[in-house]
Amino acid sequence: MGIIKASKLIYDYIKRDEDGNPDGTRRAVDQVDIDIEAGSFVAILGHNGSGKSTLAKHMNALLLPTEGTIWVSGKDTSLDENLWDVRRTAGMVFQNPDNQIIGTVVEEDVGFGPENIGVPTPEIWKRVEQSLEAVGMTMYRHHSPNKLSGGQKQRVAIAGVMAMRPRCIVLDEPTAMLDPNGRKEVIRTIRELNRAEQITVILITHYMEEVIEADHVYVMDDGRIVMEGTPHEVFARTEELKSYRLDVPQVTELSWQLKKAGLPLSDGILTIDAFVDEIMTLYKKP
Amino acid sequence: MIRDITIGQYYQTDSLLHRLDPRTKLVGTLVFIVSLFIAGNWLCYALAAVWLAGMIRLSRVPLSFIVRGLKAVMILLLISVGFNLFLTNGETVLVRFWIFRITLEGLRQAFFMALRLIFLIMGSSLMTLTTTPNQLTDGLETGLGFLKKIRVPIHEIAMMMSIALRFIPILIEETDKIMKAQMARGADFETGNLIERAKALVPILVPLFISAFRRATDLAMAMEARCYHGGEARTRMKPLVYETRDRMTYLAFAAYLAAMIALNRIF
Ligand SMILES: Nc1ncnc2c1ncn2[C@@H]1O[C@H](COP(=O)(O)OP(=O)(O)O)[C@@H](O)[C@H]1O
Ligand SMILES: [Mg+2]
Repeated sequence: MGIIKASKLIYDYIKRDEDGNPDGTRRAVDQVDIDIEAGSFVAILGHNGSGKSTLAKHMNALLLPTEGTIWVSGKDTSLDENLWDVRRTAGMVFQNPDNQIIGTVVEEDVGFGPENIGVPTPEIWKRVEQSLEAVGMTMYRHHSPNKLSGGQKQRVAIAGVMAMRPRCIVLDEPTAMLDPNGRKEVIRTIRELNRAEQITVILITHYMEEVIEADHVYVMDDGRIVMEGTPHEVFARTEELKSYRLDVPQVTELSWQLKKAGLPLSDGILTIDAFVDEIMTLYKKP
Repeated sequence: MIRDITIGQYYQTDSLLHRLDPRTKLVGTLVFIVSLFIAGNWLCYALAAVWLAGMIRLSRVPLSFIVRGLKAVMILLLISVGFNLFLTNGETVLVRFWIFRITLEGLRQAFFMALRLIFLIMGSSLMTLTTTPNQLTDGLETGLGFLKKIRVPIHEIAMMMSIALRFIPILIEETDKIMKAQMARGADFETGNLIERAKALVPILVPLFISAFRRATDLAMAMEARCYHGGEARTRMKPLVYETRDRMTYLAFAAYLAAMIALNRIF
């Protein structure tokens, strides 16, 4: 069993009428099975409303399954006694950088998590320093979060999670509100953490470029996992992806179009380099 | 325009006052305020003036910053001076016109009242100028910790204050954005009578409130995800500890208060 495993996971939101009385349910996660290996980089794709955030909130016990089970490092999240262990194992970074920073000074925000779990003061300082270093924000430790760029705020949020020493970080569209530079900076930070510190990363996104280097990709649609595999395997099924209202990366799209037009290219080309290589071999052939 | 509002104005520099424990400064300010209400003669006010001047000197905050705080309460100051001036009964009448008369006692009273208010405001702005809002809430939380015994949720109150401090600039910026968006759609906030202007604010307040509630939900979720569960079993990254300088300050303030009482009694 991997660090996060879900089996037949179902979650229903309760719909309410104008008076607040329950009025039917909306199934946001439907029969989801996942198994995420410790230390891997996993991406979850899906268009708006496909249930990605709902699934993510289960990994941190912010939501508990309506049916089925989810285990975080072997612990069933629905049991009360596992709550704090689960939240310490799987940290969570959200979409809006402004709405998840609690401290009025960067370093104090990073210390917020460790304070909550009762880490002794000297150890908090050590962790804050290490986490800020890991995301490259040490220079800004005395700044107010309000003065930072979106990308920097997200890095502070990541440091805040890292300071709790999780084994796994779940990021729910952390780049959706950022400009291209901020996006790059956040993705670089996440990848670095995954490589250098062997933190398991679960990245939820709808930017295809961010998925290319993942070890494993899940595609969600209407609450279900509809595709999974390596990025190469998933992007090779371009047509199917499009049917779930997802775009493929630009080069993948281009090579797919060229292939449809009759060029003998392979499926699921993900990077410009790979594309150039294929074109060059074709060109060199008589 | 709306950005000009500054809250918790802090003057960044390094001084003895900046380094003091926020609890010391809170108690010191309180003692100073109490001393102003004890003061009953010229000598007392002279002592308070000297004390305040000394504190300002120690804080290394430019006088202009401290005086700036007075502008905001000028009206209040004038009103209370006016009341004291015209409505104090006394023997020696100096000026008389229509139904008003100004007496020597009234003049004295009004003058003292003005001094008292000015000193009070300068003293408390000195505290906020030398203490970051964060230290202030920390100081309140630790200093008033004893209130927990009578079930005052002091940790929660301090947490609310510090979150408010973090979000005030964000919400101000948002108000600005909404105002501009509404102005681009032809909204007019500048003309019309009071009622019309108040009505014009509705299209600002509604989106502002909706957004504030959304932020609050998000923030609550983010706090929960980071294992926040109230003040129970929580450690602190920056615990407050009294140093020698704090003990000395307490002693100095005790001496000051004693001197004030003595001066008031003797003369
Ligand atoms: N608090 C809620 N109450 C009711 N329905 C919700 C709530 N949050 C999300 N949903 C519904 O659940 C579905 C999945 O939402 P979500 O998990 O946020 O998707 P995603 O993150 O992929 O955009 C959507 O159809 C959404 O309308
Ligand atoms: Mg979402």
